Amino acid sequence: MTTQQVVAPEYLFFEAERERQFITGSEAVREAIKRANVDMAISYPITPQSESMHLVGDIYAQGYLKEYFRGESEFAVMSAVAGAAMGGVRVFTATAGPGTLRAFEVFPTWAGARLPVVCAFMTRGINSPLTIQPDTIEMAFLLDTGILMFHAESAQDLYDMILKAFVIAEQTDVHIPVGVFTDGFFVTHTREEVATAPADLKLPPYNPYSAPVPVMDMENVPVRQMRDPFVMKSNFISYAAHASWQQEILAAQERARKHVRRYLGGLLEAEHPEAAVLVVAAGTAVSQGREAVAAARREGLEVGLVKLKSLRPFPREELRMLGRQARALIVPEFNRVGWLAREIKSVVEDTTKVIDAPRVFGGMTMPPELILAQIRRCYA
Amino acid sequence: MSKGLFKISPGFEDVMPAEYKELVNNGPYGKDLGVSDLGTFKELIEEHPLCAGCAEALALRLILASLPNSEDTVIVGSTGCSSLLFPQVAVQNIHSLFGNQNAVATGLKRALRLRFPDKVKDVLVIAGDGATVDIGLDMVMQSWFRRELITTIMLDNEVYANTGGQESGMSPQGAVLHMAPLGKKFPKVNLPEIAREAGCAYVATISPALPRRLGKVVRRAILVAREIGPSYVQIFCPCPTNFKWPSAQVLQKIRDRQKEGIFKVREYVSPEAEAYLAGLEVVKQHDEEQ
Ligand SMILES: Cc1ncc(C[n+]2csc(CCOP(=O)(O)OP(=O)(O)O)c2C)c(N)n1
Ligand code: SF4
Repeated sequence: MTTQQVVAPEYLFFEAERERQFITGSEAVREAIKRANVDMAISYPITPQSESMHLVGDIYAQGYLKEYFRGESEFAVMSAVAGAAMGGVRVFTATAGPGTLRAFEVFPTWAGARLPVVCAFMTRGINSPLTIQPDTIEMAFLLDTGILMFHAESAQDLYDMILKAFVIAEQTDVHIPVGVFTDGFFVTHTREEVATAPADLKLPPYNPYSAPVPVMDMENVPVRQMRDPFVMKSNFISYAAHASWQQEILAAQERARKHVRRYLGGLLEAEHPEAAVLVVAAGTAVSQGREAVAAARREGLEVGLVKLKSLRPFPREELRMLGRQARALIVPEFNRVGWLAREIKSVVEDTTKVIDAPRVFGGMTMPPELILAQIRRCYA
Repeated sequence: MSKGLFKISPGFEDVMPAEYKELVNNGPYGKDLGVSDLGTFKELIEEHPLCAGCAEALALRLILASLPNSEDTVIVGSTGCSSLLFPQVAVQNIHSLFGNQNAVATGLKRALRLRFPDKVKDVLVIAGDGATVDIGLDMVMQSWFRRELITTIMLDNEVYANTGGQESGMSPQGAVLHMAPLGKKFPKVNLPEIAREAGCAYVATISPALPRRLGKVVRRAILVAREIGPSYVQIFCPCPTNFKWPSAQVLQKIRDRQKEGIFKVREYVSPEAEAYLAGLEVVKQHDEEQ
């Protein structure tokens, strides 16, 4: 292992000279974790995530992490991750599809306990019938768990978002978990050029005393934390305490906006945002959208592209503004339910402008021609 | 915990709650106290909402009085009657979910070992029988397989008490309970035996009807889990509310069950744990006093 030097996050993200590597998405996860100064990672195999957690195991063996092990199931791993985060260490894990659903009960408790866990979700379809194919349907289930959700289009995004996720999650005014999502196989198993900071640099260590809730290490005075135990009693105080706690988690998500803008350069990115027709997408659907937009513009059609990077917090205001001036918002998605179009409809003023198509699912790739056909229809 | 931390800031003496002042001035932190000292110090547990006569509450009180290192102990609990009591306990504690307590404790223990390599931080799991032997059995056993250095305590009240008295894996065979309207079809799960086979270095069964023995067992279990391997304590504390016994009769019921041979006090200590405990002078002395 190269000896690493701690540098400021800003330096690591924006200033350090980057080197280019031709790597897979899974390897991009490894590169991010190498530089993230992670204390502990806990793993469990599930395709297409497995390889990324093997690689994290390899860098543990090289000394980049202090602790790493395989748990017995996704539910147990997410629970162990919770325990580790409550014990005050920086912790990482990853999951996919059915594993995500098996662990589901834990995600809202991560947020509720204000744990700055970073988890990579390599999305995949949900059984049954059995599938190991890419599909973003699991994201629909996670939207309201309280975790922050970033969606990577490429291995480059995956590297950047994972590294930045730790810094955003650990802000005292945020301090809730971040899920970094990427579309299984399309990103995890394909190779692209990824620009990474030098491997001899790493983030500053996590300071557990920056948490807005006490770390469970008995180094603080053990106040009776729930002197009037709010979930346990049926009285007005308990209802009010529980409700205000839930609102506080939402408020933490809101407070994350400024940090997401600062570190990810915005909750969304737009090319030709002034165009009358906009393709609005997240994840790898952005890449197909980009192809379609380029083809349409060659035909002389006025089209723009909007890439959503953060789904929680959701770029509400940004989309409302874009929705005001555009004539149509085309939302291509890699899932059956069209959850992204639903989300967009929930914020734009005129929902009839939102075209919730095309959609592919069950692992199919999206032919850019399908998006192009929608664009042409808007001009027909 | 640095004991210096645990004091009241000057000028705030008057406004602090009475029981907090008592805890600072007369609490058990940093002192070698045990069950036989009960009544001479401010206990870690404050008023709690468990039923009158609850044997589980009594067991918890005894456990808390026996912690060898209360100033550096973190408890991981689970959903169930005991989780109503933990908010009133003055050591840091985690309410996990239902059944995932040993997985949470695994992460916690490993994190504390990373952060405090030179300090003893005891991690103790305390959960009901439903949480331990039914929904959480997988994670309980897997933590033993992995030889996690944690102590697992099951509060065996023989029923899912908090949800109104449903059959659990620890209910007696034949017992007619909610969700077992024709009586339970299989015997109590033999978890102590499983614990031993699964790698626990120390296993014991005990009840709050034997308070001093209970204190000794808990202490030994925690000490073994510091160095040697996982430990498991099963505390027989049947639920008077759901079995519809007058609350004053609980201890008698436990003694009757012991006489009938249905409940047995047992202790298994692995040879390594035995040697380790024998080497600890403090334990020997303490045990003799009990
Ligand atoms: C996943 C899940 N399933 C069910 C419940 C409902 N529940 C709460 S407490 C409890 C029973 C607990 O029984 P046990 O572990 O034996 O503890 P006791 O209440 O008897 O002390 C159940 C089923 C829950 N909280 N979470
Ligand atoms: S229901 Fe039973 S176990 Fe629960 S608090 Fe009451 S007596 Fe104790």
